[in-house]
Formats: sequence, C-alpha cells, structure tokens
Amino acid sequence: MDFTTQLLIAAISAGTPLLLATLGGILTERAGIIQLGAEGLMLMGAVTTCIVYIRSGNLILALLAAVAITALLGMVHSFLCVTLRANQTMSGLAMTLFGSGLSAYLGKSISGIPLPGSLPKLDLEILKPVPVLGELFGRLDMLTWFSLLLVLVLHLLIHHTSWGLHLRAVGDNPATADVMGIRVQLIRYCYVTAGAALIGLAGADMVLAYAPTWNEGLTAGRGWIAVGLVIFARWNPLRALFCAYFFGALDSLGFRIQLLGSAVPSYFLKMIPYIVTILVLMYLGYRNRNKPSGTPESLGTPYIREQRF
Amino acid sequence: MAGRSGRWYSLRLEYDSSRTRSPWWTPILSVVLALLLCAVFIAANGMSPLVVYEKMFRGAFGTSYGFTETMVKAIPLLLCGLGIAVAYRISVWNIGAEGQLTVGAMAATAVTIYFPDLSSFWSITLMLVFGTAAGALWGLMTAVPRTHFGVNELITSLMLNYVALLALDYVVFGPWKDPKGFNFPGSPMFTAAQSLPVLGSTRLHIGLVFGLVAVLVYYLMIRFTRWGYELRLIGANPTAARYAGIHIKKHIIIVMLISGGLAGIAGMAEVSGVTHKLMQGISPGYGYTAIIVAWLAKLNPLGLIVTSVLFGGLIVGGYSVQTIGLPSSISEMLQGAILFFLIAGDMIHRFRIRRSA
Repeated sequence: MDFTTQLLIAAISAGTPLLLATLGGILTERAGIIQLGAEGLMLMGAVTTCIVYIRSGNLILALLAAVAITALLGMVHSFLCVTLRANQTMSGLAMTLFGSGLSAYLGKSISGIPLPGSLPKLDLEILKPVPVLGELFGRLDMLTWFSLLLVLVLHLLIHHTSWGLHLRAVGDNPATADVMGIRVQLIRYCYVTAGAALIGLAGADMVLAYAPTWNEGLTAGRGWIAVGLVIFARWNPLRALFCAYFFGALDSLGFRIQLLGSAVPSYFLKMIPYIVTILVLMYLGYRNRNKPSGTPESLGTPYIREQRF
Repeated sequence: MAGRSGRWYSLRLEYDSSRTRSPWWTPILSVVLALLLCAVFIAANGMSPLVVYEKMFRGAFGTSYGFTETMVKAIPLLLCGLGIAVAYRISVWNIGAEGQLTVGAMAATAVTIYFPDLSSFWSITLMLVFGTAAGALWGLMTAVPRTHFGVNELITSLMLNYVALLALDYVVFGPWKDPKGFNFPGSPMFTAAQSLPVLGSTRLHIGLVFGLVAVLVYYLMIRFTRWGYELRLIGANPTAARYAGIHIKKHIIIVMLISGGLAGIAGMAEVSGVTHKLMQGISPGYGYTAIIVAWLAKLNPLGLIVTSVLFGGLIVGGYSVQTIGLPSSISEMLQGAILFFLIAGDMIHRFRIRRSA
C-alpha cells in the first residue's frame, strides 16, 4: 500500500458522505427548491443511525431509520417551501439549527459509545487484477458502491428519461410545466423528500465509515461543503462524483500531512477544505461570469399558479 | 395541495399574495408552538416538560443573578442581531456572525498580548477599534466574493466561521497560550486596564451601552438618512432600486462591513467584559442565535432589544437545565423550532378558506 493508494482510499472514504449529500442536494435543487438544511439533515441522519444501531444492533434497521427521519424532515421543508411558499433560505437555516440542536439533545445518551459494527465490505475478486484501482475495489464498503451506482442512476434519470425531463422542467420553468399537465407541487414534494433522505444517508455514512462514534456536531460543516459542491458540480451527478472525491482528498490530505510530521500546525491544514470551497466558487464565478452557471432557472422562487409574469 | 384543486367538500384554500403583513402575534404564537413541539421531545425522553420549562424560566429570569446573566448573554445577541438585521434588509444573508465575532475577540486579545502596558483608555479604545476592524474585514471577505464573483454569501460566510474557529484554536493552543495557565488552552488573563467596566458586583458590562447606542444609530440611520432610504428601497424592490441608479454592489459591501464590524464589537465586548481572556468556546453559538433574534424581531430596532433579552434568557435557561441532567442543546433545538414556526406563520395567514362556488 503506497501513499497514493492510501490517499485514494481515504479520499473515497471521506468523499462518500459528501457525494451522497451532494446528490441529495442536486435532486432537491433540480426541482427548484433550495436546500440549505444539509448540515442539520446530515446530523439527524448520523445521530439516528447511532441510536438505532447501538440500541438494536441491526445495521439495516439503523439505515432505514436514518432515511425515514430525514425524509420526514424533508417533508417539513417541502411543506414550508412548496405549499406555504415560505422563504427557502430561512427554512433551510431553521432545518440546520433545529437539526443540530435536536441531534445534540438526542445523542447525549450515546455520546462516545462505539458503534457495534461497521459497513460490510464488498470483496470483488474479479476486480483485484485491475492495475492501480484493483487495490481500491477490494476495500470499498456497501454504501460507497451504492453511491457510485446512484451517480449512474441519477445521471440517467435526469438526462435520459421523461421523469428527468419533468424534473428539469419543474426546476426551470414550473409555469410551463404546469400548463403541460405536469404536477409541479407533487414532483417538488417527491424530490425534496428523496433528496433530504439521501442527505440523511450521507450522515449515516459519516458515522459508519468515517467517525465511528457519535459526537456533537460531528459533521463540522460538511453539509455546507456539500451545498457548495452542488454548485461546483453544476447540478450534475457525474460531476458531483469528481468534486466530492476531490474534496475528500483535501479533507484527508491534511490528516496525512500531519502523519508525515509536517511543521504546519494541524489547525491550518484543517482549514484547507473550507478555504478551497470559497476559492473554487470564486474561480467558477469568475470563469462563468458571462455564461450560464447551470442553475435551475426557478431555483428559490416558489411557484404560484395564479401569478402571471 | 392548496395550489391544485384543494377541494374538501365545498371549501377551498385560496392564496392571497397581497397579504404580506403578518399579524403582530405571529412571533408570540411561534414561540408557544415551538415550546409545545419541544415538549413532545422532552416528554419522549421521560422528563416532564413543565418542570423543564419552569426550571429554564426561573434560571433565566427568576433571580437577580439569573437576570443579569441573561442580560450579559443578550449583549452579543443584540450586537450580532443588529448586524444581521442590517444585512437582511437588502437580502444579504450573512450567517457568518459567529466567525466575525470570533475574529473580533481575537483581534481585541491581540492588543492585550502585543501592547500589554497601555493605559486603560488606550487599551479599551484600541481593542474596540481592532475588534471592529477584524470583524468588518471578515464581513468584507464574504461581501467581495458575492459582489465581484457572484458567490452566494451564505456558503462563504459559513465557511469563514469554521476558518475563524480553527484560527482561534491555533492561537489559544499555540502562540498566545498563557505560560502560567497549567497548559489550559487560553490567553493570559486581561488586566483591569484591559477589562470593560461592569455594573456593581454583577458581570453586566458596559457593552450593553454599545448595544443600545448601536440600536439607536441603526434606527436613526434607517429612518432619516439617504443611506437608510436606499437600503429600504433595495429591500422593497431591488430591480426598481437598480433602475433608480442605486449601486447595489456598493451597498452589499457596506452592509457586510457594518454587519461584521458589529459582530466584531460583540466579540471584543465578550472577551473584555465577560471572560477576560481568549479561550475556546468564547461563543456558545451567539452568531447563529442572532439570526433568529433578528428574524423574530422582523428587523425592527425595538423588537431586537426584546428578542435578544428573550434569547439571552433561553441560553441561560439552557444552562440551568443541566443541573437536572438535561443537555443545554435543548435551547438550540427550541431556537430552530421557533424559526420554523415563524417562517410558516409568516405565510400561513396569506391563505384564506373560501366557499367555492
């Protein structure tokens, strides 16, 4: 195991929760609803996983519980943003505050208790002889494989099916979609809920593959980084894959440099992902200043049928 | 679904977008509903919500000590909330008050470390100037990406919060660590000359005056100056404001400087008035709580004073339930719930039940 392979594995392991959260964000925002509650949803997914897994010892049950709870929170977000047409930014912020508070409250009883197990690895002997990547494939866990599959499925869904066409129509121009007989509100509800559930799964992956005990606020801003990644990836699942792994690599790079005994204090290494997020967004903003950024056109504006523009 | 056919027997929900003013009691109702919702979670944990809430209320407002503590917590909330309110006037979503407060506290501490022997007047003045400047700079770092690179200020300001907290960790564990502090991460204690004056034997410091003066200035500026008028205009209709020749970019930078500067003052007041040294956890999330403080007050100066005292009480009450074995995060949970009900309440009254023909 040379340094590069180790770094790649670390990047994938740190990048998978980011990838899942980014995919969830992409689904939500493609439907035209801003999702800033990612941090809170990830925390809720993580704490639910920990509690259910520690209490029941059943991994599948824990994952299902995390998905169910965050889907429910996604419905709250939909209700506020789709039905009540509330301010989507504020609703997301409320979700983040509520999620971090509630997760800290619920997690108090299991704080620091190690989880009874981890994610099963999928050993694929067939892939072992593959140069460079063979090493990796033998070490990936189920959720990582699931996230890779999901990238493909979502890419096909968004760009190559009529469902995806409807989704993009609703996110870009809900009034036209409505005229065409697409059920705008229903589609928004479904995708916001599914997106929230994915972000919750990202939180679950965080504790199962990355930090195996619950600690208050363990996501440390990764939910917000995912919000940024949705923009880097231009709302596109395939790009999300590369962006998430790039950030996973940054995340683990600091840790690796420390192991090598670098003179830079670790605090500065930990700043890298946050600072790079800002810099990359600035670079993209500068580069695309006269080009469309890929933003769903109606992102953030609630759809009201009676209104004519 | 309200928008589709919403028929339930012969009743129909109708959305009336012209009803933008929600009634005065929505904030009060949202607090009550949030208390009810969190009561469910408390009860599920096997505690009596009534006991918990009573404990919180008594802890925050029941004794004179509790009340002054509440006021102490209200000071940074008022200053940060005010800064946030200024930015939100023109829909600049600054959620970086936490980081701006942190760098303000750090800059104030830097004055005590590098100029230890100044007179009381010069210490406090320099700390105030540096604290404000650092906070304002942190705000600027959010504003410029927004105005010149089209980067959403939400993400930038939040990322900078994490950067600020890591920088704080670095200085309290590293270069500024108190050599006589038994290896505890924190700066040396401030001298009397570097501390803000307090009221009698309480911990209530002069920062309260900063806060009240800032509120008054905010009110007068918004109400009576050209700048305030332009802010209100941008807030009401940005497109019209742009056609009227108002430089929106310039205003975004100004409000972020003010926003960050005020949070910086809050950070300076916190180290110089309350903790008397820089350490980890200098802010128990003031910057985030201040978002709700501003929103609950509907950005109104008088409302800000009321809500910051209320939320100061919520933080103190959160500490006091720890004595009966509940985590203080209960107050954070309440805050999130209050915000949920508040934004829902702002919209719900726009719906009317109509008999459909």
